Amino acid sequence: MNAALSQTLIAAEEVSKEFHIPHGLWRRLTGQPRLAVHALNGVSFQINRGETLGIVGESGCGKSTLARCLVRLFDCDDGRVRFEGEDIADLKGADRRAFNRRVQMIFQDPYSSLNPRMRVREILGEALAVHKMRPRAQIPARIAELLDLVRLPSDAADKFPHEFSGGQRQRIGIARALAVEPDVLVADELVSALDVSVQAQVVNLLLQLQEQLNLTVVFVAHDLRLVRHISHRVAVMYLGKIVEIGPTEALFSAPRHPYTKALLDAAPELDPTKRTRTVAARGELPSPINLPKGCLFNTRCPHAFDRCFAERPLLSDRTPAHKAACHLTDFGAPSLQNLEAIS
Amino acid sequence: MIPALEVRNLTTSFRTQNGWVKAVDNVGFEVMPGEVVGLVGESGSGKSVTLHSILRLVHAPGTVAGSVKWQGRDLLTMPERELRKVRGGEIAMIFQEPMTALNPVLPVGIQIEENLSAHTALDGRQRAARARELMDLVGIPEAARRLKDYPHQFSGGMRQRVMIAIALASGPKLLLADEPTTALDVTIQDQILKLILDLRDELQMGVVLVTHDLGVVAATCDRMAVMYAGRIVETGSVVDVFAEPHHAYTRGLLGSVPRGGAGRTLLLSIEGTPPGLASIPPGCSFNPRCTFATDICRKETPMLAEFAPGRLVACHHHREVAAAGSPVV
Ligand SMILES: Nc1ncnc2c1ncn2[C@@H]1O[C@H](COP(=O)(O)OP(=O)(O)OP(=O)(O)O)[C@@H](O)[C@H]1O
Ligand SMILES: Nc1ncnc2c1ncn2[C@@H]1O[C@H](COP(=O)(O)OP(=O)(O)O)[C@@H](O)[C@H]1O
Ligand code: SF4
Ligand code: SF4
Ligand SMILES: [Mg+2]
Ligand SMILES: [Mg+2]
Repeated sequence: MNAALSQTLIAAEEVSKEFHIPHGLWRRLTGQPRLAVHALNGVSFQINRGETLGIVGESGCGKSTLARCLVRLFDCDDGRVRFEGEDIADLKGADRRAFNRRVQMIFQDPYSSLNPRMRVREILGEALAVHKMRPRAQIPARIAELLDLVRLPSDAADKFPHEFSGGQRQRIGIARALAVEPDVLVADELVSALDVSVQAQVVNLLLQLQEQLNLTVVFVAHDLRLVRHISHRVAVMYLGKIVEIGPTEALFSAPRHPYTKALLDAAPELDPTKRTRTVAARGELPSPINLPKGCLFNTRCPHAFDRCFAERPLLSDRTPAHKAACHLTDFGAPSLQNLEAIS
Repeated sequence: MIPALEVRNLTTSFRTQNGWVKAVDNVGFEVMPGEVVGLVGESGSGKSVTLHSILRLVHAPGTVAGSVKWQGRDLLTMPERELRKVRGGEIAMIFQEPMTALNPVLPVGIQIEENLSAHTALDGRQRAARARELMDLVGIPEAARRLKDYPHQFSGGMRQRVMIAIALASGPKLLLADEPTTALDVTIQDQILKLILDLRDELQMGVVLVTHDLGVVAATCDRMAVMYAGRIVETGSVVDVFAEPHHAYTRGLLGSVPRGGAGRTLLLSIEGTPPGLASIPPGCSFNPRCTFATDICRKETPMLAEFAPGRLVACHHHREVAAAGSPVV
């Protein structure tokens, strides 16, 4: 890995976020505490310049909440996010505006994130104007350049969002984010709403743009195949915590956390000759309102033992680049697998 | 073996602002007892309309033509009264959106029992017992207690299980499942698909599984039919189609799915988007997006024809497509 790649650009440090549930009258009268959804429970990781970090996990595990904390659409309740070393909650004035420009988010839903009454020209023009990216006279040329960059025909500028297909709308979202020449794209379920053949087009575009513009990408998705394809490193979340993080191929070929393994086993193989009839994971996600004591995965983990119900495991090194949060530090260790194969 | 279900020349049209459009165009396939057939295609390709047409759930001004043979009788022409016995009885359906198919103001236990009283001769006590068994069968913990719960008190995965329990109440011989797991997380999807396979084994029930996910097809189906713009463009055993796709669209779909081991390389994508029903191109409807297309593809619609036992394709240049190789092997 070269020096530019290993330089930390964004760091999350013990980020926590709760959402309070309206305090029902009965609970208030009976003096019971307010309920809260524990969406993020101490999330820490780093993103290096120029890399793609994939974030996966099942619905409700906190992926979108984390993405919003990274771009400061949400303030953390606890912990902090650092951008080039600075706590983004402390940024003010020009620094805050620079951060808002340099870190761009692209949303899950291409239908609702574009103003339906604005033409593409106005959508892109607005982004260029807000951050004063170009003198007024150069804006039309820049819009044409941006449309070309995301491979939309130049007559797209005069159309409204509803005149495009889902994949094209997602490209408009990408063009709007790129208009301000960001360093980081945070893409939340960028292609989840698209058909398979169109997903591939947008994924290819993202890969090419990233090379061309040296972008750092946070790719949030629930689709394991996509995340594996696109990411240098992957973080797996469960109930608002990272349970495993590491280089993509290491993590996919030898997962070191029982939840990661269950998730990978549950995803259907694309090879019809490799079928299994065993169920990968029993049970369902516990409620994020009442988190289990000890390890968050203990209600479903086939390997759980006493300690898992008493003590929450911390994220710790398996190799210098690969961390997992499980009391069974040998779980999935390649050396052990070899031993088992021999004996 | 005689097919359990035989669909022939099924054509469903809707009247729109742009005149009549065909959402399903001359579709034919069969399902053997105990066989799982995957119906694959992108959104709008006509998968759901196909299932609805089979059970005559398409309402005027939509029209359905063709034939759907079920145990020697045609579902499309049988009297409504008889059809009601088959629908939800011998043939059960699971819908794409569980919430729309469940009654929100009735406890799920009552909904299961309603289906039991419509399609079985069980008495009240037996029905209550059977309802509990069915909830157990689909893997709902504390089945007896949860019978009193309303649909909104279940999670998405549990609701899908309740739907399956209701569908199975009648002991169906055929299950039509429309994207039964699309809205669910992978670990829950895995549980539901394996449940459907276990029930297939147990009840020797045929299954039509509609999905847009090729992984789901690879992991669960025996045969598959690929739909594009309302037509079936390729069918065959799942193993054969994955190993050697003969239609350019099938090949493109397989190539669009990322595979392990080829990280950060460009995917074999299909340019463009599927056509709207009102503007289906002449000739082969896939021709504007097809890298194999020639003049004949723009003029003549290729017919679905058998080129090897059990393998059908509708493509003028299927040999060339096959020779280009499968993107997944
Ligand atoms: N504004 C909010 N108010 C209350 N609860 C919220 C809010 N936003 C998120 N949550 C809850 O926080 C948890 C994490 O939600 P989040 O949207 O981050 O999940 P996700 O991993 O992005 O899921 P998905 O894959 O479904 O998009 C969930 O339990 C969710 O219901
Ligand atoms: N009642 C209707 N009236 C008009 N068009 C319809 C109707 N129902 C479905 N369609 C159209 O038929 C096509 C196929 O739809 P559908 O079978 O739902 O696709 P899918 O393959 O995603 O299940 C789509 O273009 C859809 O818009
Ligand atoms: S800490 Fe225990 S319960 Fe948690 S994943 Fe590891 S073995 Fe399973
Ligand atoms: S018939 Fe022609 S256009 Fe259609 S899939 Fe075959 S080669 Fe392509
Ligand atoms: Mg989300
Ligand atoms: Mg559908």
